[in-house]
Amino acid sequence: MSTFFTEEHELFRQSLRAFLEKEAIPHIDQWEEDRRTPRDIWKKMGDMGFLGLSYPEEYGGLGLDFFYDVVFNEELGRTNSGGFAITQQVTQYMSCPNILKYGSEELKQKYLPGIISGDLISSIGITEPGAGSDAQNIKTTAIKDGDHYVVNGSKTFITNGVYGDFIVTVVKTDPEAGAAGVSLLILEQKMEGVSARKLKKLGWHSSDTAELSFDNVKVPVKNLIGEEGRGFYYLMNGLQLERLVAVPAAVTGCEKAIEVSLQYMSEREAFGRPINKFQVLRHRIAQLASEVEALKAFSYHCCEMYANDIYDVKLCSMAKLLATELCEKVATECLQFFGGYGFMEEYPMARMYRDVRVGTIGGGSSEIMREIIAKIVIDGQGYVKPKSSGNGIVERKTSTPGGNGKSESENGKAGSVIPDIGIDEIVKGIQSKASAVDALGKTLKFDFGDEQITIDGTGSDNQVSTSNPNADCTIKLSKADFHKLVSGNLNPMNAVMSGQVKIDGDMGLAMKLQSLFS
Amino acid sequence: MTKYFTEEHDSFRQSFRSFLEKEVKPNIDQWEKDGQLPRDIYKKFGEMGYFGLNRPEEYGGLDLDLWYGVIFDEEIARMNSGGFGASIGAHPMLALTHITHEGTEEQKQNYLVPGILGTKVGCLAITEPSAGSDVQSVRTTAIRDGDEYVINGSKTFITNGVLSDFLVVVCKTDPDQKAKGISLFIIDRDTPGVSATFLDKLGWRASDTGEIAFDNVRIPASNMLGAEGQGFIYIMQHFVSERLAMAVGGYAASEYAIEVTLKYMNEREAFGRKINRFQVLRHRIAQLSAEIEMVKQFCYSLYARYAKGEYLVKEASMAKLLGTQLADKTMTQCLQMFGGYGYMEEYPLARMFRDTRLGQIGGGTSEILCEIIAKAMIDGRSYK
Ligand SMILES: Cc1cc2nc3c(=O)[nH]c(=O)nc-3n(C[C@H](O)[C@H](O)[C@H](O)COP(=O)(O)OP(=O)(O)OC[C@H]3O[C@@H](n4cnc5c(N)ncnc54)[C@H](O)[C@@H]3O)c2cc1C
Ligand SMILES: Cc1cc2nc3c(=O)[nH]c(=O)nc-3n(C[C@H](O)[C@H](O)[C@H](O)COP(=O)(O)OP(=O)(O)OC[C@H]3O[C@@H](n4cnc5c(N)ncnc54)[C@H](O)[C@@H]3O)c2cc1C
Repeated sequence: MSTFFTEEHELFRQSLRAFLEKEAIPHIDQWEEDRRTPRDIWKKMGDMGFLGLSYPEEYGGLGLDFFYDVVFNEELGRTNSGGFAITQQVTQYMSCPNILKYGSEELKQKYLPGIISGDLISSIGITEPGAGSDAQNIKTTAIKDGDHYVVNGSKTFITNGVYGDFIVTVVKTDPEAGAAGVSLLILEQKMEGVSARKLKKLGWHSSDTAELSFDNVKVPVKNLIGEEGRGFYYLMNGLQLERLVAVPAAVTGCEKAIEVSLQYMSEREAFGRPINKFQVLRHRIAQLASEVEALKAFSYHCCEMYANDIYDVKLCSMAKLLATELCEKVATECLQFFGGYGFMEEYPMARMYRDVRVGTIGGGSSEIMREIIAKIVIDGQGYVKPKSSGNGIVERKTSTPGGNGKSESENGKAGSVIPDIGIDEIVKGIQSKASAVDALGKTLKFDFGDEQITIDGTGSDNQVSTSNPNADCTIKLSKADFHKLVSGNLNPMNAVMSGQVKIDGDMGLAMKLQSLFS
Repeated sequence: MTKYFTEEHDSFRQSFRSFLEKEVKPNIDQWEKDGQLPRDIYKKFGEMGYFGLNRPEEYGGLDLDLWYGVIFDEEIARMNSGGFGASIGAHPMLALTHITHEGTEEQKQNYLVPGILGTKVGCLAITEPSAGSDVQSVRTTAIRDGDEYVINGSKTFITNGVLSDFLVVVCKTDPDQKAKGISLFIIDRDTPGVSATFLDKLGWRASDTGEIAFDNVRIPASNMLGAEGQGFIYIMQHFVSERLAMAVGGYAASEYAIEVTLKYMNEREAFGRKINRFQVLRHRIAQLSAEIEMVKQFCYSLYARYAKGEYLVKEASMAKLLGTQLADKTMTQCLQMFGGYGYMEEYPLARMFRDTRLGQIGGGTSEILCEIIAKAMIDGRSYK
């Protein structure tokens, strides 16, 4: 019936579901009470081959397609324990993809086999007491000292941060540089100077959430993931996956809630009839079921795009927003069907009700999702995808005609405010800035469509010209935006991240824009 | 081009859109005032083949896949006239659907062929003053008399009910039975005893909504459409496509509302800045856009299944429920973005607001849809 799942997917689903029903679900109450999930369940899952589904075989993974991950998350969603589900969601989909995509071979060999076998658990340390939604604003520093970095600072709300093994930590290697100073560094939980405090929280009881502090932690330089200064870009690139995996789990969580509600409603009697005969309750089920069904179709659509390597920021943000908000609605209304029993821990709704509450906060709050969507549909911003394999760019345009029309007219407006400076003037202006910094070592081209400006940094200094070569990195933007960039009225990092400025080629080169224009 | 739409679909959309921009859009205000559509617009649609998109070639149709119908509905919604959409849609979607599926060869020659050409216009008359949601309770009777039937009763809220050339009418051939007593008939407008009056209404102004009386109307027995006693089943069968189409109308109208609203928000200034800079308004647009995108993808996924022959009673009900609810919500919120201008007829939202309101009433009210969904979900009822 389904166009997304093959028979193999379904077999996988059955075996995973059977496993969870036998090995996990009967124990979850206890784990919730213990405020932690014991290690051996992950080991069992690793032994069964349930972890590392789409990780390459060379690290012990199965190299399967993305719809296995969809099944994995759907089945986790059915366990009715956000705390249980989140441990592996963080390890497999939020933390370790950074190592897989950008880490050195040595790091991959060291950490990936362990998270795939279930021996290791990892976390992603972004949020700090003073910076959550505004991740650029983190304060934790990693200062190079010979073959080590010395890390100081703190992180908070870190899932797996108490009982995990290592932390993919977002640090500032250049505290002065804003987003361009952000790097990813692997800290091990047992390193000297790392301490964790376990936080008490509303829900997700079987998951450990930590406040971490780093006090002069000495971290080998080889623990750096990818290159210095590119951490923010790595993070942004991973966010779509992080947001997307929340969606299938949300769908099945809602389905499960409706399922248990229907069961209860057929058994419970009031005023001499099963409560499933009361029309308002029936219609509430109909309404919720419709919304869940629509969300499910949308979830599959977004997952299919992702599986086809199409990086659609708008869709992923929309899906995360709608999925987490629907979970709250479903949990609230389904709890109501259970009356007083809904409030009791023996019945499933109490836990779901408190667990779903974090959905609209973590992984980008609903407000941040709406900010992103608004930028795309109102300001007509496009988003770029640096492909995982190379440096090619797939450009996604927003499909809302209003959005596109808007960006054109905005540019037109900007043109009338900013004097239409000639290309020679621009060359002069940028030459003076480019001369002040070290040679880029590569060629960087600004493409305005009809005209181009190229900085050739392959010689001893940076030469600016209007030539149009095949550059290592091409930046497409309007002249008006270029002017804003040069005059410091447009933050290059934001412009790149938001897609207002489109980059093709060497992303690293583009990251140097900040220093060129600051 | 997407997963669902090919290049041919896209170019059809282009040409249909420019046709509508030229032949329809400039006239909508007048038609809204007139309370009806002029005959020649049906003929123009007919000449272009737009009434025959999914109809068999032998009757002048184009026999295209159903995605063309989706495009038709999506583009019609951009005209911002629920009334235009209703009249121009009810003819092919309601009246011609029944004739295509249940009609005899003779009926097809007499009604489907001119229907596709746009030279004859039809309507579908189910609702009566005392029976709307409860279709089984219709009272209009068709009593056999030799090789004729004699029709008595009345219908109300019928789209194209005053001006159409022929009516597909739901009658009781056996008044003692409920659903099983229902049969369909084709009645020509000029048959003696048929009279109709215009109804004045909140929105859908460009459409003639009629109350119709049948006073001893005599028609040949050969005007029965399909088999005796099967009428209720026919109606239910075609509800799936009608509801899917109304769901499309819901998100497509919403999309169009967002489009015009974004434009306005980019022009209007308050407190020294464009109103599209105010965060609450931005987030409202973001939320609506997300919901619209979801409903749209939901509908597409259902059409893909429908195209493979799945019978989607529950799902089509879900889609119509969500699509029309969303349209109400969208119009209310988009009108708000226009401030006082939103209330003025010179701006598009006033009409969108009143036209959209019908979505949750016609073609099965939201409550009836919930009944259907609840029966499937709770009582395990399966629809075949
Ligand atoms: C149980 C749990 C587990 C977590 N796990 C992890 C983890 O493993 N790793 C990790 O790094 N983080 C984790 N987080 C942190 C989570 O990602 C952050 O809580 C989240 O990003 C929000 O940041 P904040 O808490 O600092 O809120 P703030 O950023 O301070 O936001 C407070 C409020 O202001 C709103 N707001 C912020 N900016 C805007 C704006 N521009 N416009 C409108 N409203 C705005 C927010 O939406 C929110 O409502 C976890 C959180 C929880 C609760
Ligand atoms: C502009 C317009 C055009 C139309 N075009 C056509 C047409 O072309 N052909 C045609 O046949 N009809 C047409 N209709 C009629 C339309 O299909 C009916 O109005 C609709 O089916 C509702 O029926 P009713 O108006 O009799 O409302 P009722 O059935 O009387 O319903 C009144 C209220 O009670 C609710 N209700 C009814 N039953 C239940 C229940 N079991 N549980 C809970 N609530 C319930 C309804 O949802 C509604 O809110 C049109 C209507 C309008 C307004």
